[in-house]
Amino acid sequence: MSTMTRRIRSRRSEVHNAEAMSHSGPALKTFGYLAMIVTVLIVAVPLFWIVVTSFKERPDIFTQPAQWWPRHATTDGYHNALFGIPFGDYLRNSLIITGILSTTKIILGVISAYALSLLRFPGRNLVFIVVIAALMVPNQITVISNYALVSQLGWRNTYQGIIIPLAGVAFGTFLMRNQFLSIPTEIIEAARLDGAGPLKLLWRVALPMSWPTLVAFSIITVVNEWNEYLWPFLMSDDSRTGTLPIGLTFLQTNDGITNWGPVMAATVLAMLPVLVVFLVLQRHMIKGLTAGAVKG
Amino acid sequence: MTSAAAPPAPVGDPPRRRGRPIGEWGLAGLLLLPNLALLVIFTYRPLLDNVRLSFTSWNISAPVAHYIGTANYVHWWHDPNSHEVLRNTVIFTVATVGVSMVLGLALAMLLDQKLRGRNIVRSVLFAPFVISGAAVGLAFQFVFDPNFGLVRDLGHRVGITVPDFYQQPHWALFMVTVTYIWKNLGYTFVIYLAALQGRRADLDEAAEIDGASPWRRFTKVLLPQLRPTTYFLSITVLLNSVQVFDIVNVMTRGGPQGYGTATMVYQVYKETFVNNQAGYGATIATIMFVFLLVITLVQVRLMDKGRQS
Repeated sequence: MSTMTRRIRSRRSEVHNAEAMSHSGPALKTFGYLAMIVTVLIVAVPLFWIVVTSFKERPDIFTQPAQWWPRHATTDGYHNALFGIPFGDYLRNSLIITGILSTTKIILGVISAYALSLLRFPGRNLVFIVVIAALMVPNQITVISNYALVSQLGWRNTYQGIIIPLAGVAFGTFLMRNQFLSIPTEIIEAARLDGAGPLKLLWRVALPMSWPTLVAFSIITVVNEWNEYLWPFLMSDDSRTGTLPIGLTFLQTNDGITNWGPVMAATVLAMLPVLVVFLVLQRHMIKGLTAGAVKG
Repeated sequence: MTSAAAPPAPVGDPPRRRGRPIGEWGLAGLLLLPNLALLVIFTYRPLLDNVRLSFTSWNISAPVAHYIGTANYVHWWHDPNSHEVLRNTVIFTVATVGVSMVLGLALAMLLDQKLRGRNIVRSVLFAPFVISGAAVGLAFQFVFDPNFGLVRDLGHRVGITVPDFYQQPHWALFMVTVTYIWKNLGYTFVIYLAALQGRRADLDEAAEIDGASPWRRFTKVLLPQLRPTTYFLSITVLLNSVQVFDIVNVMTRGGPQGYGTATMVYQVYKETFVNNQAGYGATIATIMFVFLLVITLVQVRLMDKGRQS
C-alpha cells in the first residue's frame, strides 16, 4: 500500500516539477546545476582530501601549498593504522557490541510495539507515553548516575556494561507501533477469527506486512549503534571493549604534531563500511527517518 | 471452515469474549516488561537520581554523596565558566539549527526540481549523516589544521590568511559548528524533501495561475504546508545539537583556553569525569534538562497551535 502511495506521490511531484521547469528559463536551470555542483564539492572535497592524505608519504602531508594528489602513493598510513593501534580488536568490539545491541533493540522494539498496538489491556496509552517520553531524555543527563551504577556492578570494561544500559527502545517502538496500527483492522480481525493466537498474529500477519518499516528501523539502529560514542567512551579504557570510534581517537596525540597519515587512514577505514552500507540501503534508511517525521 | 454459523473457536479455549483480554494482559505485560524495565532503570531512574545528586558534593567513585543544598546551583550561577559555556551552547545551537534548517529546505527545494543527476546529489548530501561523529571530527581537525589543512591551503590560494582555528576560542567554536552542520545537513534535507514530495502541488499551481509572485507563493503557500515538518525538525534538530559531544571531544576537548568550545553537555562531562565533581556535573545536567524541557514544551505548544490554524 505504502509503495503505491509513494509512487503516486512521486508521479504527482514529477508532473508538478515538469510544469515548474517549463516555466522557469534556462537561466534558472543553469543556476540549479551550479548549486548542485557547489553542494557536491562541499561534501566531497573534504572526503577526497582525507582519502588523498591517507595515501601520502609522511613529508608530503606537511608541505605547503598542499598537494592534491600523492606524489608517491603509499599504504604506510594504513599499515600504521592497522598495526599501530589494535585496530582488529576495536573492529571486533564494534561488531560484537553493534550486533548484540541492535538485535536486542530490534526484538524489544517489535514486541513492545506489538503489545502497544494490537493487544488490548488497561493503561495501554499510559505505557506508550512512558516509552515515548524516554525520547526526550538526553543520554548525557543519565550518564552520571548510570556510570556510578555500572561501576558498582563491576561492569566497566565489559560488553554488558556497554550494551545493557543502551538497550531500551523508544524510537523503534514508536515507529513499529505506527506501522502496526496502519495495518487494516479487517485483516487483523480476519486473522483472529481464523483462530490465529497473538503470537501467530505477530509472526504471520503483522510482521510480514511491516517488512519495509522493520528493515528501515533495523538499518537506522545498526548505523546509530555503530556510531555510538559517549557511553562506550566512558565505559571502556582500552581495546578490551573499546569500539572503533573510541579506538580512532587513541591515534590522536595530545602532545606535538599528530601523525596525520595513519589517523586519516584509520578514519577512512572507519567511515568506509558505514558508507558502503548506506549506499546500498539508503532508500530504506531514509524511509525510516521520514516515517516518523512526515505524517502530520 | 466447515460451517459458517459455528464460531471457529479451537477446542479447549475458554469463550473468546472473556478469555482473550485476560490472556492478552499477561502477554502484553510479558512483551513490554524487558523494554520498560530497561527504560525505567537506565533512563528514568538516573534522571531522578541526577536531580538528587545535583544537591550533593560528590566524587563519582566515592560511595556516599554529601548533601550540600543548593550550593552547586549558586556556584553555577556565579561561575564565569558557566557563562562562557552557556554562551557557547546558545551560539552553537542557534547556528546549527538555523543554518541546517534554512539550507536543508533550500537544498530540498533545489533537488525536488527535475534536474539531471539529482539522485546522485541527494545521496552525496545525505552520506555524511551516517559517518560517526568521531571520524568526522578527526577528519575535519585535519581539514582545519592551521599549518597543513585544506582550509589554510584554499585560503592561501585566494589570498586570505586563515586564522588559527585551534587556538582562538571563537574560531574554534566556528570550526566545530561548521563541522557539525556539514555532518548533519543531510538530515534536515531529507526530511524536507520527503515533505515536499508529499505536499499538494495543485495549491501552488493555483497560486501561480492567480499571478502570485514566487516569493509570495513560497511564504503563503509552501511554508504553511511545511509547517508541521518545520516544527518537527526544530525540535529534533535542537535536541540533537544541544547534545553534541563526540565532535567537540575529538576536535577540541572543549578548549581552547579552558571552555572555548565547551557546550553544556561537555561541561557536564568535564566536571564529572575530569574535575571529579560529579555533584556539580549533575547540577549542570539538571539545569540543561530543565532548559530543554521548557523549550520543547513551548515548541510542542506552538506545533499544536499551528495544526489548529
